[in-house]
Amino acid sequence: MKYHYYPGCSLEGTALEYNLSTWAVMTSLGAELLEIEDWTCCGASAADSTSYLLSLALPARNIAIAEKTDDVKDILVPCSACYLNLKKVEEKTKGAPEILEKLNTILQEDHLQISGRIRVRHLLDVIVNDLGPQAIRQNLKRAFSGFRIAPYYGCQCLRPYAVFDDPEDPRSMEPLIEVTGAEVHPWKMGAKCCGASLMNTKMDMGLELVAAILQGAKGADAIITVCPMCQMNLEAYQQKISKRHKENLQMTILYLPQFIGLAFALPEQELRIDLNLSITDGFRKKLEMQKQDI
Amino acid sequence: MHVARNLIRSNETVQACVNLAPVQEMVRACIQCGTCTGSCPNEFAMDYTPRRLWRMVLMNQSEEIFQSNTFALCSACYCCTLRCPRGLPLTEAMEALKQIAARANFSQYKNSVQFYKTFIQSVRRHGRVNEMEFMTLYFAALKNPLTPLRFASLGMKLMSKGKVSMLPPIRRERPLESIFRNVEALEERL
Repeated sequence: MKYHYYPGCSLEGTALEYNLSTWAVMTSLGAELLEIEDWTCCGASAADSTSYLLSLALPARNIAIAEKTDDVKDILVPCSACYLNLKKVEEKTKGAPEILEKLNTILQEDHLQISGRIRVRHLLDVIVNDLGPQAIRQNLKRAFSGFRIAPYYGCQCLRPYAVFDDPEDPRSMEPLIEVTGAEVHPWKMGAKCCGASLMNTKMDMGLELVAAILQGAKGADAIITVCPMCQMNLEAYQQKISKRHKENLQMTILYLPQFIGLAFALPEQELRIDLNLSITDGFRKKLEMQKQDI
Repeated sequence: MHVARNLIRSNETVQACVNLAPVQEMVRACIQCGTCTGSCPNEFAMDYTPRRLWRMVLMNQSEEIFQSNTFALCSACYCCTLRCPRGLPLTEAMEALKQIAARANFSQYKNSVQFYKTFIQSVRRHGRVNEMEFMTLYFAALKNPLTPLRFASLGMKLMSKGKVSMLPPIRRERPLESIFRNVEALEERL
């Protein structure tokens, strides 16, 4: 199984552990990742908010570079915001030669071209549908029995394009959690918005949105995310939110491949849990106790 | 220019620098059912509900729209777009309003507009965004010494983990320059 790989800017910086753990888990599962050569920013939510054409042209450049490799059709994207931006190009150019032509006019100077043959895939989609819980079971080295895990999907891997899960009531992470022996935390917050960049532009509002998610996760051992923006919002402001709400809302937040990697007992330097901003002492202790289980 | 930006604009000047026609096109078929408002996670903090905003767009009430916080509070969760019974691209319509505000430089959206503009600046310069440079540019543009303080402890934490660096990555010079230039040229023709 071969995929083009688009990490995106966050995965080189604040979400480095998402990048490393994605490589580690995908390689363990026998997939081959070809990082798009000289990839550039997808525009994040900033291009959307400044120019529509730019918001398509920036991701299109990366798709065009991927298209140069003939035999690989799918681009794997772990960041939900990057995923949506790239997916948008795939969707908006479908049966719309005039948009394709516009984009190609913009790309021409760099000797790049897109034809629309590339499929953009989210990491969660690939793990669930191409690899599946069965493949995970075969690599298990540690049981997560006694753990309760809250799957958090966020928005942009689900909406507006409902590709691999129910966009209102997503369940795709559940079999991945259950196969490790953990229990799925029952909650209604899995597809609620974390506020995205509102945390930077309107912090008071962002804090309230995240507070509701952390409150919903009470009783779980960890929340699992599939987006660097969600991860940052959920993990970075817990002290501030706990103080505001006068309750302890500290919670372990892990990226999905970090969680799977722990179940595979992959080496620490491949999962980099030390880079996460919120791993509670309770979680660490529980993990230590489970270590020699299988 | 700077002084003019800080004056409250009269309706005529707002009308003059705003073309709502493309947004009106997007929401023309709105039946005012309010599903968007009911689906919006941020509606509690908005001065006009999304449903009301669409009506105001169709009624060409530029002045009120660009004094409200409604579109600036959209966090692009796409719940309204998903549920709209008319299938309207409502999140894109919110983005179109953000784009108008960014182009017109309306001062009340300074935070959001500067956030996006400095982000894009960093991308244009390096091809990829350098998170540290971007946040530094953003704080500088806001000219408010208190804003960075709210992020100070997070910044220290990220630096101590080596997740952000002070130096932008060294790469090929301005790999996106031609794309930015060509987008601008095409947009001018529109």
